[in-house]
Amino acid sequence: MPDSVENEEKEDKEEKDYWLERPGNLNKIIYGLFAACAFFALLDLVLPRHSVFAFEAWPAFYAWYGFIGCVGLVLVAKVMRLVLMRGEDYYD
Amino acid sequence: MIDGLTPAVFFIVGALLLPFLREMPRKILTLLVPVLGLVHLFLVNPLDQGILQFFDYSIVTLRIDTLSLVFATIFHIAAFVVALYSLHVRDTMQHVAMLVTAGAAIGAALAGDLITLFVFWEVTAVATVFLIWARRTEHAYAAGMRYLIIQMGSGLLLLFGTILLARETGSVEFSQMQLGSVATWAIFLGFGIKCAFPLLHNWLQDAYPEATVTGTVALGSFTTKLAIYALARGFAGESLLIPIGAVMTAFPIFYAVIENDLRRVLAYSLNNQLGYMVVGIGLGTEMAINGAVAHAVNNILFKGLLFMSVGAVLLRTGTAKGSELGGLYKSMPWTTGFCLVGAASISAFPLFAGFVSKGMILAATAEEGHWIVWLVLLFGSAGVFHHSGIKIPYFAFFAHDSGIRCREAPMNMLWAMGIMSVLCILIGVFPGLLYGMLPYPVTFIPYTLDHVVTQMQLLLFSALAFTLLMRTGIYPPELRSTNLDTDWFYRRLIPVCTGFFERLRDAVGVKTVAAGKFLVQRAIGLIYHAHGPHGVLARTAPISITVLWVAVLLAATLFLYYL
Repeated sequence: MPDSVENEEKEDKEEKDYWLERPGNLNKIIYGLFAACAFFALLDLVLPRHSVFAFEAWPAFYAWYGFIGCVGLVLVAKVMRLVLMRGEDYYD
Repeated sequence: MIDGLTPAVFFIVGALLLPFLREMPRKILTLLVPVLGLVHLFLVNPLDQGILQFFDYSIVTLRIDTLSLVFATIFHIAAFVVALYSLHVRDTMQHVAMLVTAGAAIGAALAGDLITLFVFWEVTAVATVFLIWARRTEHAYAAGMRYLIIQMGSGLLLLFGTILLARETGSVEFSQMQLGSVATWAIFLGFGIKCAFPLLHNWLQDAYPEATVTGTVALGSFTTKLAIYALARGFAGESLLIPIGAVMTAFPIFYAVIENDLRRVLAYSLNNQLGYMVVGIGLGTEMAINGAVAHAVNNILFKGLLFMSVGAVLLRTGTAKGSELGGLYKSMPWTTGFCLVGAASISAFPLFAGFVSKGMILAATAEEGHWIVWLVLLFGSAGVFHHSGIKIPYFAFFAHDSGIRCREAPMNMLWAMGIMSVLCILIGVFPGLLYGMLPYPVTFIPYTLDHVVTQMQLLLFSALAFTLLMRTGIYPPELRSTNLDTDWFYRRLIPVCTGFFERLRDAVGVKTVAAGKFLVQRAIGLIYHAHGPHGVLARTAPISITVLWVAVLLAATLFLYYL
């Protein structure tokens, strides 16, 4: 047993420096996401789009539908938790 | 190649041989059987349908047409990858169960009549339950029992419908049916249970996460997709399926958001994916059926891949709970990468498998003018990305570092995940590979500017929503919990009711019995009082008294006579 503990400690010390953990890098990803969102939403203004339904042609329809859909999903799910959530051993 | 021989036989024979083999030959055989089966499937003469006579009915054991061939092929590929994924497992029971499951699913997909379908349908039910029981925990035993009862129920409905249909039409051929008679409704419901229709769905989320690491992958690959095949064969164009499928795409994702067990999240997500296929089958147009079949194939690939990556996490860390995990990308970089491919595929990112099949179903829905259903499916697409695409990789591999340091998944698991990843990307980049296998000629073009831009908008803004909710702390944290679903009715309500009646029986019963005893004792007491040794009626009276009584009676009679 002592061996494995030592090994773990060694691994911890030798743990690599991860790009994701460096300060600021997480923000880079988030800003990248903002930029990509803006880019694809703005493409709608430039590109001629073909749509089957009339509402599909509204500016950036897919963008705000996805956004509102997901926020709604999470908020409703949070409310569901109030009603449906029980302890982990509920059925035991 | 023996003409008329269903490839299922290879799997059954292989499964029978497995227990007698040592480890190395066992590994070779489990990998070899799917390969042999697939070669056989493509070389066998499709005109010989392996027809047997069973009383007055023709049993068609090998029907190879465009629809059955796609499913039989993908089942073979899945069987190979699952065998590779579970190569390290030293539990013969699981390997046998896995081969039988795969073989039975293939046999059912190639069945040309309802009797053969029924037999293989039940075999998949019985074989898969061993993949759950192989976990050998009390939870797994109970969940397996519930699973088996429900699956058997599905089979019995199928049998019941088949018998009625045979009496009505004189044929047991498995072909397009119309809802209307009791027979077809029974078959439809039987299919619906296995396909996890809303309210009939909960066996899936209940049982899948209780199976073994490798068992869950096998369960997710065969059972429900067989039901999709059966619906596509029997009820294509049945418009009732459209609302059913739409509900299936929407409601499970709410559960997926609040569920903590990542394998259960995937089970809810699987339910949502089945919804797309059910809508496609319900629409029944050539493009819709193509889309449903293509999505079923892709689903076996990317859902299998996701179950595999979470399974690898479970194997190495001993848990699949979001609340316990995090930061595993450091320990399991390959698994992380494969999981991300699966996540991108199920979310239908351009260049990944889901994009080329889900788009087909949405386009077919729009073409038929079902705008409400279309909006629901689009909401489902955003939701899928949210819970499968982001939540699974995020809570398992990123999020806060849980401090867990473990080894990377075993080599055979990595290879299995690698094959699935390559297939997901290949189909995404060269959709023609998949489209060539579909039942109808494909007119749908996935890579149009419209489709790519709109899909990217949908996905990126879903990601934006996740990020903002996460940063503001609104996103519900992963909590150790159980969420009530329809299984509550049979796991809690029915036991509570039976408990109540037991108590009622005890309470009322005991008093009734006591009252009864009291009455009987009183009655016996009275009888004893009258007839007992010293009772009035037991006394022996002297003759003089009797004579006196007779004289009194005579006097009374005379008196009455003279009146």
